[in-house]
Amino acid sequence: MKIINMKWFASAAVLGAALLSGCDIPPQETVQRGYRGTGMEAVYSPEVLADIVAANQVPEAIPAVSSDGPKAGDIYQNVEVLGHLSVGEFTRLMAAITEWVSPEQGCNYCHVAGEGFEADTLYTKKVSRVMIAMTQNANENWGAHVGGAGVTCYTCHRGNNVPEYVWTIGVPPRHASGMVHQMQNVAHQESNAYASLPFDPFTRYLLEDNAARVAGDTALPTGHESTIESTEYVYSLMMHYSDALGVNCTHCHNSRAFAAWDQSNSERVKAWHGQQMVKEMNNAYINPTNAWLPAYRQGPLGDAQKVNCATCHQGAYQPLLGANMLADYPNLSRLAPAQEPAAAMEETTEMESASLDNGSTSGEAH
Amino acid sequence: MSMLTFEKKYRVRGGTLLGGDLFDFWIGPFWVGFFGVTTLFFASLGTGLLIYGAAMGPTWNIWQINIAPPDLSYGLALAPLMEGGLWQIITICATLAFASWAMRQVELSRKLGMGLHIPFAFSFAILAYVTLVIVRPVLLGAWGHGFPYGILSHLDWVSNVGYQFLHFHYNPAHMIAVTFFFTTAMALSMHGSLILMATDPREGETVKTGEHENTFFRDDIGYSIGALGIHRLGVFVAISAAFWSAVCIVISGPFWTRGWPEWWNWWLELPVWY
Repeated sequence: MKIINMKWFASAAVLGAALLSGCDIPPQETVQRGYRGTGMEAVYSPEVLADIVAANQVPEAIPAVSSDGPKAGDIYQNVEVLGHLSVGEFTRLMAAITEWVSPEQGCNYCHVAGEGFEADTLYTKKVSRVMIAMTQNANENWGAHVGGAGVTCYTCHRGNNVPEYVWTIGVPPRHASGMVHQMQNVAHQESNAYASLPFDPFTRYLLEDNAARVAGDTALPTGHESTIESTEYVYSLMMHYSDALGVNCTHCHNSRAFAAWDQSNSERVKAWHGQQMVKEMNNAYINPTNAWLPAYRQGPLGDAQKVNCATCHQGAYQPLLGANMLADYPNLSRLAPAQEPAAAMEETTEMESASLDNGSTSGEAH
Repeated sequence: MSMLTFEKKYRVRGGTLLGGDLFDFWIGPFWVGFFGVTTLFFASLGTGLLIYGAAMGPTWNIWQINIAPPDLSYGLALAPLMEGGLWQIITICATLAFASWAMRQVELSRKLGMGLHIPFAFSFAILAYVTLVIVRPVLLGAWGHGFPYGILSHLDWVSNVGYQFLHFHYNPAHMIAVTFFFTTAMALSMHGSLILMATDPREGETVKTGEHENTFFRDDIGYSIGALGIHRLGVFVAISAAFWSAVCIVISGPFWTRGWPEWWNWWLELPVWY
């Protein structure tokens, strides 16, 4: 009898330990996000917070240099988006970008040794030109989303050639022939924070021009129509927002009325601008690069790897926890003056229309 | 209210836990008892404070009256009366009123020589409430994690706390609790309809007995749980519903801080798949 009891006890202890090992053990950190008692809160395990802090440290800045002296565009050839910088600033930024994007490959990631720096031989150089313009554009024109901290190459790249969190247009997994796959109910999808919801909300809402808006604005049905499907797509997108920022729905919403702006936190306005910004990044900047990309930098449907919230945020409610890295690299804070980049912009527009044919999907408009 | 003729012989002294003979008497149909007095005291005080809070608040609209817990910044300390202190006192009153009621049930059971089945079952309802407003807030370190007292406001709280974990339907204990709630409703409706069938026949028919009840279910599903068994089952599914409700909320936050869908990755990450 005693032995049986011991066995039971041991089994229960093992089972209990197994259950607890997956758990976060109190005490936790909590944050209040709304009026008291509304349940608008965030709960963080200290271990998770420590991971987020560790993953979002800013590298030490290269000492600043003078903006006086000859301009890079006058000294070097084929400098389109950074020609307005002084040679010193230009060189400093090149060194910084190397550290941020290709610390292992060095300058040769974009420039071929033996060739002049002006040669556009490698696709990586052409892509980086577009990415610099995209960064400048975000800082100059999207203050409603990135204001206060700004973005640099490091915000997304963090020492990687390609940022860790990117996405391409989703394809259905293997399924019975002749059947349509609903692009949902697929296990272990980080894109929707592991729910059974549609796993590619990005194509609809961060590439195509659809408003992520499904709730009616009247109490009774008065003609507003949205399908369960589109509702689940929006839910999936919101799961991504939450997961990418390490927050929950109540960071922006009072869930009693998701759609009501006057009951939402101001972060929701920022998020809305973020959606518009990311759409522009993907369409005006990323998609055009697809023309030069090698196949191993493309998704299964041959599209470029694109931006979503996680690309910059990487689990933090503000990228790099709100550190103003742009202050150390003000050269990225605005687009090059109009004169110089005319050629670049023209090229971009051309590429954009070219890639819209092969890059975007046939998803229905909503 | 007149007393039923057979009731008189059950009106005996004794069986009290506290107070001895002090309150061991009846007023009309109601036995008073020490815990009857404490129930009345705490229930009246709590309700009075709710009404006071409503009077101090912006509305008398019954749906919108809201007595909210303190800001999280107060932690587990006392808050000013109008900034959550009222909620704290009402919570104490409610807990003591519910506990007194359970003790009153114990005393009546003892008085009547019954088992403690009723207070045992009722304790699970108290457990669920205490878990929501005391255990979980203490584990999370602030009274502000309790739910607000108000018809709509407490529903808003439920909704938002669910969305704190992105998708609450993935909470395994919530799944179990919901299943027990539905099972309770199903078992009660099947049992209720069966008893009505047997004891309330249409005109001209006779009252049926347990034989009909058992035969119906043996023919229907191959098994009849029986007259005693259905009540055992009923208690089990009902208290399980309350118990797992308490579990599903106490693990949300204190023991799991991420989205509930993510929790299921343990299954996908089992080594047997590799």
